[in-house]
Amino acid sequence: MSQAAAVTRAEVCAVACAEAWRGDGEILASAFGTIPALGVRLARSTFAPDLVLTDGEAALVADTPPLATAPDDMVREAWLPYRKVFDVVWSGRRHVMMMASQIDVHGNQNISCVGDWHRPSAQLIGVRGSPGNTVHHTTSYWVPNHSPRVFVEAVDMVCGVGYDRAALTPGAARFHEIRVVVTNLAVLDFAGTERRLRLRSVHPGVEVADVIAATGCALEVPGHVPVSRRPTDDELALIRQVLDPGAARQAEVAS
Amino acid sequence: MTDKRAAVEDMVGELRPGMTVGFGGWGSRRKPMAAVRAIVRAGIGDLTVVSYGGPDVGLLCAAGLVRKVVFGFVTLDSIALDPHFRAARQQGLEAMEVDEGMFYLGLLAASQRLPFLPTRAGLGSDVMRVNPQLRTVVSPYDDGEELVAMPALRLDAAFVHCNRADRHGNGQFLGPDPYFDELFLGAAERRFLTAERLVDPGRLTDEGPLSSVLVHRMLTDAVAEVPGGAHFTSCDPDYGRDEAFQRLYAGAAADPERWGAFSERFVHTDEAGYRAAVAEERSP
Repeated sequence: MSQAAAVTRAEVCAVACAEAWRGDGEILASAFGTIPALGVRLARSTFAPDLVLTDGEAALVADTPPLATAPDDMVREAWLPYRKVFDVVWSGRRHVMMMASQIDVHGNQNISCVGDWHRPSAQLIGVRGSPGNTVHHTTSYWVPNHSPRVFVEAVDMVCGVGYDRAALTPGAARFHEIRVVVTNLAVLDFAGTERRLRLRSVHPGVEVADVIAATGCALEVPGHVPVSRRPTDDELALIRQVLDPGAARQAEVAS
Repeated sequence: MTDKRAAVEDMVGELRPGMTVGFGGWGSRRKPMAAVRAIVRAGIGDLTVVSYGGPDVGLLCAAGLVRKVVFGFVTLDSIALDPHFRAARQQGLEAMEVDEGMFYLGLLAASQRLPFLPTRAGLGSDVMRVNPQLRTVVSPYDDGEELVAMPALRLDAAFVHCNRADRHGNGQFLGPDPYFDELFLGAAERRFLTAERLVDPGRLTDEGPLSSVLVHRMLTDAVAEVPGGAHFTSCDPDYGRDEAFQRLYAGAAADPERWGAFSERFVHTDEAGYRAAVAEERSP
């Protein structure tokens, strides 16, 4: 059996995440979640060598460290404490892939709370940098559990700004781009004329109907939906032997 | 030169109910926890707490001392959410929730005595909806761009914990990230610094470069040596986060009885009592 025949869903997701940064050049690539962290390393190891990565603390790293590398074992190339992260965010030289507790048809994202903000039924982490990120530089999202609970008609608290909100506020639209939403089932985007949630590709083994059933809001489905690309043999070797030998990816998306 | 050494209890003694108090650090990192525990013991309530939030916010919420929290996030890092803060918010605790970059500009504006600083952060988001007091400004230049006017976050008092300091109130951060601590001091009327260790004036460069001395004495009203003063949060490179103790803190939120026992043992005791209780907890 060839190596490619045994490709896992997590590995397909890692490649889909890596593709998000294709063509970005020399910008700060920030990744939240295990598979985005793997994806950004894969991109930098292959087609996006100029991407700038952090050690997760206060430094930029010169090498492409495998997942689970301790910051002290990384090769540091520059200092980037939190205060300087804001300089980068506001300069636009960044593409972040964040997670989302809720995301809606326009790409609004919520990580703040569920229910009425004044007395939430579930308090989450808070808006963090989502409002600023989304109006200053490219943003993508990673959803490891594609479900109607995550994809909702309208989010309870708009943290990351979606296309409808951006259209109403010129200052928010100027540098706004939501490039892709990568999930455990599919890749979604907002590249249609209406700037609404659209199915870009389904992962191997996933039916379009599965994605529609797992999406709690309207989903634009083109006449032909391609299958997400599989990792090449070289990419698989990088993922399995170099970047994630501990297979942390499999804990985030089972297959 | 003024000797600003003081006891943490004396610093806290300057607080009054209803004050707006800022805390340095970030999440569960280099939080002035000894000062937070002293505030809980003193029972000073009705506070507006301004923080890149971690267990400082959680502990004060659990003690019922918080009227309002100003935050962009509250997290324990290795534990995503602080259960005490969650419970308080889910019972309707008043809040001002802003983007973490807006928060930075609010501190910067206050430290520069400006009414606001402009930013795009917040535009189009529900930060504008849930904080109806926030206003926008239009650029007076040809671009005419509309921007959020992030208001100054003025503080009645601020507490910061650093690695080293001297008796005049110069303070040094030896870890990789100074966070926004000197801005908390700059934004405050009364500025309180605690340090892992006090060294003689002029000796701060023994352990780190001059560029790591970000707190100069014009930013400090009082300073105290409090070894372990950030425990159980991290204080790199002096010590990392005490993960086991943090789990104990978070787990105690499960029911009032457990929290009462935790609080009695670890909060309602002086600094020596705290250290002894932590040591006892660590021993098998």
